[in-house]
Amino acid sequence: MNLSRRHFLVLAPAAAIAWKAVLAGTPEQAENYKMSEHWWGMLIDDPKCIGCGNCVKACATENDVPDGYFRTWVERYHVEDEDMTNPQVISPDGGKEGFPVAAEDAGKYFFVPKMCNHCSDSPCTQVCPVGATFVSPDGVVLVDPKYCLGCAYCVQACPYGCRYIHPEKKTVDKCTLCYHRITKGLTTACCESCPTGARQLVDLKNPKDPIHEFLKTHPAQVLKPQMATGAKAYYNGLDGSVR
Amino acid sequence: MNAFKDAGHLFRFAGLFVLAFVVFLLIRGYVVPKSFGQYGHYRGAAIAEIGARPVKYAGHEACETCHTDQANAKSKGKHAHVNCEACHGALAKHADDPAAVTPVKPDSAVLCARCHTATAAKPKGFPQVNPADHSNGVPCATCHQPHNPAIADAGGAK
Repeated sequence: MNLSRRHFLVLAPAAAIAWKAVLAGTPEQAENYKMSEHWWGMLIDDPKCIGCGNCVKACATENDVPDGYFRTWVERYHVEDEDMTNPQVISPDGGKEGFPVAAEDAGKYFFVPKMCNHCSDSPCTQVCPVGATFVSPDGVVLVDPKYCLGCAYCVQACPYGCRYIHPEKKTVDKCTLCYHRITKGLTTACCESCPTGARQLVDLKNPKDPIHEFLKTHPAQVLKPQMATGAKAYYNGLDGSVR
Repeated sequence: MNAFKDAGHLFRFAGLFVLAFVVFLLIRGYVVPKSFGQYGHYRGAAIAEIGARPVKYAGHEACETCHTDQANAKSKGKHAHVNCEACHGALAKHADDPAAVTPVKPDSAVLCARCHTATAAKPKGFPQVNPADHSNGVPCATCHQPHNPAIADAGGAK
């Protein structure tokens, strides 16, 4: 075979590129975990929340969430004079260090933990121009940081304000429902550290999960149901003024 | 065949197209990850990468395998459903290598107050105190055993 210098110069880079593609290989899968057997969600039993901020702290520790950014946060609602349309909502530092003492007899107060609702028809995944965010086969909305451009379309598309641009990575960051924990049989960091059981990880595909009975017997709802996002963060006993 | 006398340049041109197509396929094969499209319009390998991140909260099952006495004490009291790391913090490193990482004992004066400081915003049934009035600066652990906080002498006060 006579290989001229001209042909060699054309073929060598092409062969190098092709070899790199061969070496890329197949991804490693988590052991003993079948994505098809799960459909994850969250139950937030709102009247149990005491606003201690443990969940916010645990989330920041577990997921290295930068200061001033939140994958989950706690809001304190204050409804004065039964004015349901104008609640005063505060969330100092995401509720991480708790809340100021509320005055007695000044209307109704309550806490609402917020987080990614892991919607099954999420608006955020639909707007991604590069396929960097998606609903995984087990129902968790994830971001692929290697593919994310940081265009922030999804940040503005999320009706619940659950996404942010990571100040150092410059890609989108959000709640992963502690995907690295739930695939190993653990619960999320926020659920693990909630002292009152106000947060519970639920698996809607597991017929033995108490969530099925709970949803039948309790007035549970999702946030912004009119947006038809297929949200899977179920709130029990939520006040009518919460938006 | 006279009509195709000069067909040579057409073949060269077609060859150029074929070459361009091959180059396109090679570049495409190189830039599109193998797992793209495995589950949908995204990189399937990303799921495994996100799932491979290290755990920092060991989970109460891990604590209870060794600390059975504390787990027993806790199971009898009001704090039965408060997980270990809710107070002690993230301790997966301690669970992995108990000798290397020694957990710091939490300061009960700060820790208890985080949940039990009285405020009108908390649910009415939740036990709340004004720390200054309640203990006047005496650490909570002087009277209350944190794993089972009811005081036995006071007939199991809440």
